[in-house]
Amino acid sequence: MNPEANAMPGSQPSAAISPKVVPGTRPFYWSVRRELMEYRSIYLAPLAIAGVIVLGFVFVLEGLPHTVHSAMTMDPQHQRDALLHPFEVAAGLIMMASFIVSIFYALDCLYGERRERSILFWKSLPVSDLTAVLAKASVLLVVLPAIAFAITLLTETIILLMSSAVLGASGLSVAQFWAGLMPIENMTGLACHVVTVHILWYAPLYAWLMLVSAWSRRAPFLWAVLPPFAVAVFEKIAFHTGYFAGLLTERFTGGKDAVTGSGMLDPDMMTASHFVTTPGLWFGLFLAAAFLLAAARLRRYRGPI
Amino acid sequence: MACIEARGLRKAFGGTVALDSIDLRVEEGRILGLIGPNGAGKTTALNAILGLTPYQGELRVLGRNPWVERERLMQDVCFIADVAVLPRWARVSQMVDYVAGVHPRFDRAKAEGFLAKTTIQPQSRIRELSKGMVAQLHLALVMAIDARLLVLDEPTLGLDILYRKQFYDSLLNDYFDGNRTIVVTTHQVDEIQHVLTDLMFMDRGRIVFNCTMEEFELRYAEVMVRPEQLAAARALKPMHERQALGRSILLFDKADRQQLAALGEVRTPSIADLFVAAMGNQQQGAAR
Repeated sequence: MNPEANAMPGSQPSAAISPKVVPGTRPFYWSVRRELMEYRSIYLAPLAIAGVIVLGFVFVLEGLPHTVHSAMTMDPQHQRDALLHPFEVAAGLIMMASFIVSIFYALDCLYGERRERSILFWKSLPVSDLTAVLAKASVLLVVLPAIAFAITLLTETIILLMSSAVLGASGLSVAQFWAGLMPIENMTGLACHVVTVHILWYAPLYAWLMLVSAWSRRAPFLWAVLPPFAVAVFEKIAFHTGYFAGLLTERFTGGKDAVTGSGMLDPDMMTASHFVTTPGLWFGLFLAAAFLLAAARLRRYRGPI
Repeated sequence: MACIEARGLRKAFGGTVALDSIDLRVEEGRILGLIGPNGAGKTTALNAILGLTPYQGELRVLGRNPWVERERLMQDVCFIADVAVLPRWARVSQMVDYVAGVHPRFDRAKAEGFLAKTTIQPQSRIRELSKGMVAQLHLALVMAIDARLLVLDEPTLGLDILYRKQFYDSLLNDYFDGNRTIVVTTHQVDEIQHVLTDLMFMDRGRIVFNCTMEEFELRYAEVMVRPEQLAAARALKPMHERQALGRSILLFDKADRQQLAALGEVRTPSIADLFVAAMGNQQQGAAR
């Protein structure tokens, strides 16, 4: 920056560079990358939980041959439940971690940039508000679930290999163990669960949090939680009914028609076809789209706080 | 084509009028200093130009409507809002990567060249940098963009004098090429006097004064008047009079230079002195 260093390369007077043609998807791609730069907990949190699970599983390994041995004497359904238990705990914990990260991310992604005033920098670049909001939404609806799925898969593979080694060493049949687990079915079931529950069913939830994040000037968490709570309380007092509260509970617990954690293990896993015909799913997706558009519009008007 | 053209530009926040129907025309290749007291409406005007706020009236920036076409406009417009808007969590290299990713007119080698001349490390996080270094980084990013309009809103606020001087020196030496347009607001008026080609004063949402620097130098003269000639000098109707070191300094608008030379030492006033004089007269005018 000092004037006497003008002769240095790179400081030659601006020979007009011809603008490169930037494909329309590039601002979107880089907007997603920037979210991953800023919110490293998107992948660090599930990874940390996975590490803890693998570490904890080491202590279970000693008793594993005994557990598996007694499981082999059970009927097939109970046998499978017993064998799957560590895998389900691992998947459940990682999904839970990912869900919590999602909530914090959704609440901060449009609020944080206004609070730290960096929104003025982001808006000085040729990236539209809609692109920015859609990039943030796709972190919630694509990146986070994909990372959670991949880390779960990795963790389960490690657990499976550790178990197999221990069982093989103690003389039990590893093949029988694998056959009892049905890893491929388990994996498809998990993928199905991620797509239906964590993406499609939770979409309106995330979109609502993003809308509040774009709107509130302070305490986005309170603004996200208190109004729905107030509506539910009002309904209970005024009409003695609980439809709204019921709706919210159903949304949080994954919906009775969604392919839930236990449902995915049913042989007739294809309740998915039932799921896509649920009106609640489509209503939720419609709401999610409306919330996201509103968030994009708000971002356009909102400056730093 | 004018770079910025506004007609009847108006903006009110509730009952407070921030921009009171201003008309504005900035030609390409100018360096305009927008000067005014706090709350004069400078930042509001810039925000409207940058598509950050909706407004009433007509406004064209490089032929585009900034509120409707902000995204497209930002390919040709850069701005530095103030020192502290770069994301504090980011690494320097990440910022370069990101801007290179989204901006079609960003020259990465150029930005890296500018940064190499500073003490900024590519792996540093922005929160670890001093205020002056953040300003250097932002300027390096912006100067590597081949933009047609650069808007600077208090770009050197809170920087020490060395960084401030460097900032404007690099802007003039490494960036300004006579085709680009620069609009700058600052309270450190005197530091940019030699940089500007045009000058505009704003007060209470209006443009109260507007001239080129050539006009400024021809029109205004400041005379340090010898005490015995004070009465004669006052007879020439100075627009402002102030005391410094026991001498009277009188500011004249369109006065005869030869007449003035007889009264004392004549020089071009600083923008700050003219600003104080103009604003003082404004307030007297408002009080009457």
